[in-house]
Amino acid sequence: MSATESTATELAAVTPAIAPSAATARRIRRSRAVLWLSLPLAFVALVVIVVPLLGVLPDPHRQHLDQTLLPPFFLDGGSMSHPLGTDKLGRDLLSRLVTGGRLTLLIGLVGTVVAIVPGTLIGLLAGYKRGWVDTVVSRFIEAQLALPFVLIALAIIANRGSSLGVLIVVLALTGWAPCARVVRAETMALRERQFVLGLRAAGASSARIVLRHVLPNLTGVIVVLATLQVGTAILVESALSFLNLGIQPPDISWGQILASGREVLTQAWWISTFAGLAITVVVLLVNLLGDALLSHYDPKKRKF
Amino acid sequence: MSSSLASFGARKIGAALVTLLLALTAAFALGHLSGDPVYNILGPLAQREQIDAMRADLGLDKPIAEQYVTYLGDTVRGELGDSLQYFRSNSELISSRLPQSLQLLVAAIVLAILIGVPLGTLAAVKEGTWWDRAASTVALLGQSVPVFWLGLMLILIFAVQLRLLPSGQSGGLDHLILPAITLSLLPLAHIARLTRASMAEVLAEPYIDAARARGLSTRRIVGLHALRNAALPVLTVTALQTGVLLSGAVAVEYVYSWPGLGTLALEAVQFRDYTLAQAVVIVGAVAFVVLNLLVDLLYVVVDPRLR
Repeated sequence: MSATESTATELAAVTPAIAPSAATARRIRRSRAVLWLSLPLAFVALVVIVVPLLGVLPDPHRQHLDQTLLPPFFLDGGSMSHPLGTDKLGRDLLSRLVTGGRLTLLIGLVGTVVAIVPGTLIGLLAGYKRGWVDTVVSRFIEAQLALPFVLIALAIIANRGSSLGVLIVVLALTGWAPCARVVRAETMALRERQFVLGLRAAGASSARIVLRHVLPNLTGVIVVLATLQVGTAILVESALSFLNLGIQPPDISWGQILASGREVLTQAWWISTFAGLAITVVVLLVNLLGDALLSHYDPKKRKF
Repeated sequence: MSSSLASFGARKIGAALVTLLLALTAAFALGHLSGDPVYNILGPLAQREQIDAMRADLGLDKPIAEQYVTYLGDTVRGELGDSLQYFRSNSELISSRLPQSLQLLVAAIVLAILIGVPLGTLAAVKEGTWWDRAASTVALLGQSVPVFWLGLMLILIFAVQLRLLPSGQSGGLDHLILPAITLSLLPLAHIARLTRASMAEVLAEPYIDAARARGLSTRRIVGLHALRNAALPVLTVTALQTGVLLSGAVAVEYVYSWPGLGTLALEAVQFRDYTLAQAVVIVGAVAFVVLNLLVDLLYVVVDPRLR
């Protein structure tokens, strides 16, 4: 008891005094940042889910070969019947972007789950068990990080061809290692803490300690990792689709629309431009949200 | 002292070799366990005899363990097999494209360091100001923009609209400008972020206060003392960036029709030329592991505390 008190006094002595009101204000500002960044993302998700159901937009697959490569409404020759113009088969770009957002966001979410769940479990195992398990896992993490995602994707797709399933496998194979590395380090630090030593002395099983006591303490870290992984997954999807290794027509994703605009770039800049803009804005929001969450959970770790 | 250095080096080299073995195994597994390549190449209409002949030709009729041992032996000897598509040796194909890729990678990493380090330093020195915020915005944008899209936009602006620069193919220095800028953005963002974090930490050290107390100008303090100490983490992240760069290079080479390893790998995938794709994967992994080993070793030479 007296030990804790003296540490507290020491801490108070070395930490510069911050008026409680200022600290509270900063915490509120951080939580507000999380909210303000979540809202536009939720709005995008809502639009891509709900709008195609309302039937206000034209069918994204419907071709009008007499209306190909129409410019967006603000350019000469454009009109509000196709607000963002049409592609080389006369399909409405706005409608394609809204529909394509569904697959893109879905891959962002699924790609995150398949990376974060195994990554977390492997990181927990290595960080808590230590010993040979840790050595083996660490080597695997390093080996995985030595293979850039495009190389892994190329190795699989050279054999299997491209499909949604292959894309998810690529995201799982490339995403688990960075997550496992961070979770492992955090678990190693946690396992030496008093409460874990106490639980062990009280005879709690390893599985119980890890799942009931260590994992809940890592919630913040995992939420941040997962948020950033959504951005990564969307970028990987768009990169592979752009290289014709990802989503194939007639399926629509933002990366696939971007890719299809490349061949008509000089005649119809808007196709690739708007698709890329959609990807950039969503990934930027996701990355900003990740940063805001990071400082929300752990203000000391704030970088930039 | 020197013996501890030697044992440290030996340990690092050992770890790098294990990493490399695992990476090579993964490349083999990805190529061989994900379906029968011959069936994929010849298609569903192939005759049984054709399939058998090709399998025997490629050594795929042997047990998987034997194939694996042969593969490792060949790789160690530097034999990367023959391309199914070009009927030439893979190492010959790779070395014919390697100079183009290296040119692009080196140009991109130099640009990233030349812009990223000053940007991060500026942000750290002027922490909390508009400079800091502007630098952080650039860094975050750099991490969020798909590189290939940036490439297309640069082509649109500088090649199609302004007609200032060529839009692709390798050639003189002017051909290198747009691809190098495009490829440098992501590592630039990472380097700027890390320089800022590392620099902010160093600037809070007591010896910086001491230097200030002696009346040294901020410029001298940053240039003489802080930058040197902040350089180590930046060095590591730069080496780690090679992985990111290799991934980015494939897309950038594709956008600019740059005749490097990335486009070679894409051609390989399009033609289901799995031996060539595997060879490019091996070369990429070896380059990455060797570079990181060099940085690890350089690290201890620069910073004796790590021995």
